[in-house]
Amino acid sequence: MTKLTEAPSGFRLPKLTYRVWKVWRRNFDVFMKTWHVNFLPSLLEPILYLLAFGFGLGTFVSSIEGISYIQWIAPGLVAITVMYGGFFECTYGSFVRMYFQRTFDAIIATPVSVEEVIAGEVLWGATRATINSAIVLAVVAVFGLISSTWFFAVLLVAFFGGLLFAALGMCFTALAPNIDFFNYPTFLLITPMFLISNTFIPLASFPGQLQTIALAVLPLTHVADLSRGLLVGKIETLGGLGPEWVTLLAVVWIAVVTVLFFVLSIYLMKRKLIR
Amino acid sequence: MLCAVIKEGRIMVSSEVLIKAHNLTKKFGNLTAVDHIDFEVFKGECVGFLGPNGAGKTTTVRMIYCFLPLTEGELSVAGLSVTEQSREIKSMVGVAPQEDNLDPDFTVTKNLLVYARYFDIPKSEAAKRATEQLKFFQLEEKKSVLISELSTGMKRRLILARALINEPQILLLDEPTTGLDPQARHLVWEEVRALRKHGVTIIITTHYMDEAAALCDRILIMDNGKIIEQGQPAELIKKHIGEDVLEVDNEEKLVQTLKTEFPEARFETFGDRVHVFTTQPHGVFERFVEKYPFKSVTIRNANLEDVFLKLTGRKLRE
Repeated sequence: MTKLTEAPSGFRLPKLTYRVWKVWRRNFDVFMKTWHVNFLPSLLEPILYLLAFGFGLGTFVSSIEGISYIQWIAPGLVAITVMYGGFFECTYGSFVRMYFQRTFDAIIATPVSVEEVIAGEVLWGATRATINSAIVLAVVAVFGLISSTWFFAVLLVAFFGGLLFAALGMCFTALAPNIDFFNYPTFLLITPMFLISNTFIPLASFPGQLQTIALAVLPLTHVADLSRGLLVGKIETLGGLGPEWVTLLAVVWIAVVTVLFFVLSIYLMKRKLIR
Repeated sequence: MLCAVIKEGRIMVSSEVLIKAHNLTKKFGNLTAVDHIDFEVFKGECVGFLGPNGAGKTTTVRMIYCFLPLTEGELSVAGLSVTEQSREIKSMVGVAPQEDNLDPDFTVTKNLLVYARYFDIPKSEAAKRATEQLKFFQLEEKKSVLISELSTGMKRRLILARALINEPQILLLDEPTTGLDPQARHLVWEEVRALRKHGVTIIITTHYMDEAAALCDRILIMDNGKIIEQGQPAELIKKHIGEDVLEVDNEEKLVQTLKTEFPEARFETFGDRVHVFTTQPHGVFERFVEKYPFKSVTIRNANLEDVFLKLTGRKLRE
């Protein structure tokens, strides 16, 4: 027997086993029950955006860096799908499972640990982002907007980018006193990123400082840049960095920040759930 | 009738300590929910935790299944530390929590199958066990419906079925029959007795004294985070209340007569009724009633509820 004077609240790296997979599998099973409903938004949304922005707004924009506007926003659509898929799955979705359904409580009473529950949720968020992106990718392909042979690698970007946004969302879930709280990160973080992270409006046309900020703190910028590179073979010079440096920065940035948020989200959720 | 049940139930309790708590304490901020308690649960025993709301029963149970970390003290389950070996402990424990945390995204059967997966139970074995449990708890007809379509009683039964899916050595039942109709209550009791016969160690928290008396070998009464009394139900009744209780309407003349007749007795007024407790042997009240045939007089056996109210008082807790 061990003696404890205080509940363990200090930081430690999560200990994860194969049981993470069981939590992921639970969410996957739920998803597959209603897959046709779940596929619908990812299928219709990009079509609407392509029609409205591409054909509508696109008629006023001649071309960007030598490619048509509709082709330029196609990678942006994939990127925002990654963001929405990961972020909303691990904010609203996870919060409902944790708070209203008490699903986490039920799982924690089995040999699965809290850390594994959170890791499984975040991995599921990344999976959701990947599935949604795959559908958007198919739509974009049907519209004939892919011009690179490396396009399939965008699914890797979707998974790791999804992991980043899922972990970020999970951090907010750990801090959320109620479900309405998610309005703050949605309007203060997600919507601004949607607009200025090189998705629909070229970041290169913004002032230099704003470009630097977008590269430094907005994860969507990196996901959008990599998607554009892989789908249409085009990465612009941003914040004074050439295309190679923008690419390298994106890969390193996503890798480092994903690990940080992943570990942080597990720590914060553990602090919230274990009192 | 209750006594007969208790005697029949007293079987197979070994002297092997399975759960041991020493100085066990749980604080939530300034609130001390469990306050330096010591207790032991023997292998094969059925132990009841009784206490008013907020006494610390659920918190104690949650520490046993490693859901809550301890603030102070020691707690071991089957010789394993709850802080170091929670995974091993959780795999041998079955938990039926107070609140409904069934998975609303799945059907009744799928709830059991998904839960079995968390315990690494192979698919075919899980399916076999799920079928058995649903049959016993009479949920077969509902096996393909979603949780939202179940009644409260059905949900409680499914939570019990789920708690048994890993064939636990220790079963923790937190208010297992709250909200159940008498039929379902007896079904649960039947299952608890059957499991006990198979050597499963059971801990029950309950507000129903008849349930505790009917099922438990031993009872621990908690109040304000402390264990204030423990023992076998019959012993506790004898020790604190005696054998019989006389109840009469609160009429002054009648109460006066009783006070002269039973000078050593304890009188308690509950609204318009007076309860008279005596330590004298069985039959004294009958002789009194023969002498003074008042209409409002009732004689009944002393029960666990009398003990509970005597020890924890009548003040509402919440």
